Amino acid sequence: MNRPVITVNGLNLWYGQTQALKNISLDIPEKSITALIGPSGCGKSTFLKTLNRMNDLVPGVRITGSVRYEGQDIFETNVNQLRKEVGMVFQKPNPFPMSIYNNIAYGPRTHGITNRQELDEIVEKALRGAAIWDEVKDRLKKNALGLSGGQQQRLCIARALAVQPKVLLMDEPTSALDPIATSRIEDLVMELKSQYTIVIVTHNMQQAVRISDQTAFFLLGDLVEYGETEKLFSRPVDKRTEEYITGRFG
Amino acid sequence: MRVNYDRQLEQLNQELTQMGQLCEQIIDLASRLLDAWDTGLVGQVKTIGGEIDEMERSIETVCMRLLLRQQPVARDLRFISAALKIITDLERIGDQAEDIVEILPQIQTKTKTNLNKIQEMAKHAMLMVNQSVDAYIRQDMTLAKAVLVHDDVVDADFMQIKTELIQAIARNPEQGEDTLDLLMIAKYFERIADHATNVAEWVIYGVTGTHVQA
Repeated sequence: MNRPVITVNGLNLWYGQTQALKNISLDIPEKSITALIGPSGCGKSTFLKTLNRMNDLVPGVRITGSVRYEGQDIFETNVNQLRKEVGMVFQKPNPFPMSIYNNIAYGPRTHGITNRQELDEIVEKALRGAAIWDEVKDRLKKNALGLSGGQQQRLCIARALAVQPKVLLMDEPTSALDPIATSRIEDLVMELKSQYTIVIVTHNMQQAVRISDQTAFFLLGDLVEYGETEKLFSRPVDKRTEEYITGRFG
Repeated sequence: MRVNYDRQLEQLNQELTQMGQLCEQIIDLASRLLDAWDTGLVGQVKTIGGEIDEMERSIETVCMRLLLRQQPVARDLRFISAALKIITDLERIGDQAEDIVEILPQIQTKTKTNLNKIQEMAKHAMLMVNQSVDAYIRQDMTLAKAVLVHDDVVDADFMQIKTELIQAIARNPEQGEDTLDLLMIAKYFERIADHATNVAEWVIYGVTGTHVQA
């Protein structure tokens, strides 16, 4: 495994009285794809959201333990700075109701970039990085909502890339897409890992097998098993992992 | 949960059991033909040989369908891929039994040297086929390991038969060709036991996920 970018140690999270994450410890290696799998309600999405502090500001949420990004405690880091470094792509493509160009330029502008030429460069680079440039370069001024679902999702990836993050969190990024759009996103994610660290939540186990380097299996808030994807799917150590991935869970 | 999947896995087990039984039968027939030539039995060998070939295709289809439709992982993946390898070994066992039966008419000598010992080897081989396939169905490591140990007995038997046949050639050089044919038959039974051993090794792979050290 590559050197860890994110280090999680003894992480517990409660929603009110309900404990959603129990003593989670794991390292996310740099420039690789880490898949989080497990049945609904197992804590995988909660875990993903914790990594860029999408839930610690929600009322009733209590967190103990440590999450370090590049050695720094994320709960003591400025949240805007953290989210610039650790971007997120959601399940449903959610472009802003504005032009393709402005969708991408939105983030850099909030971080203070106003120079037109600089913005142009950022937009092109981000759209190229998300493998959608050729499809949209002639209609940058058109509303992003006119794009297909698969294009919208790649646009959202481009929007995340525009602020030059180090880590991309993806919460079931292909669950709303058709198989062709799904394989384009999968190809893109595999290409992105040469430059970014990717953590992806997926319900599609074959997707985890196809694209990820490491897989973490969550169950009822516990991290049951974490390891190299090929090993986890061919020779899982824990009986619960075996039961879940072979579909005999219950 | 995954009722249909489990049903298909069960079908795979049944067909493998059936193929294993056909292999035992064909070994038995080849062994019995050593005693006396019987065209009825020879016909049965051909029929069973054909059935074994058909079973290989049929099980292959079941495995391919399971891989395609169920996308198995973990232990399921290991056992289904093991089945794909195992049927090749079982099919070879059928071929080798047929090879034995092809050689037999060429042996002119009335008194066949070491016949009992060769038939003893055939019995060992049958038991090994039975146990290795059974070990697959039950995912039984202990039984699979017993097959591996059993193979050493067959190897030792073969070496002894070889030595004795060399001595027989020295005594009766004029029967040399027949004696060499008998040696080939013994070698085929030894190979059949090796194929059963391969099956057992695939069972161990299925259970542990790692291959037996050679």
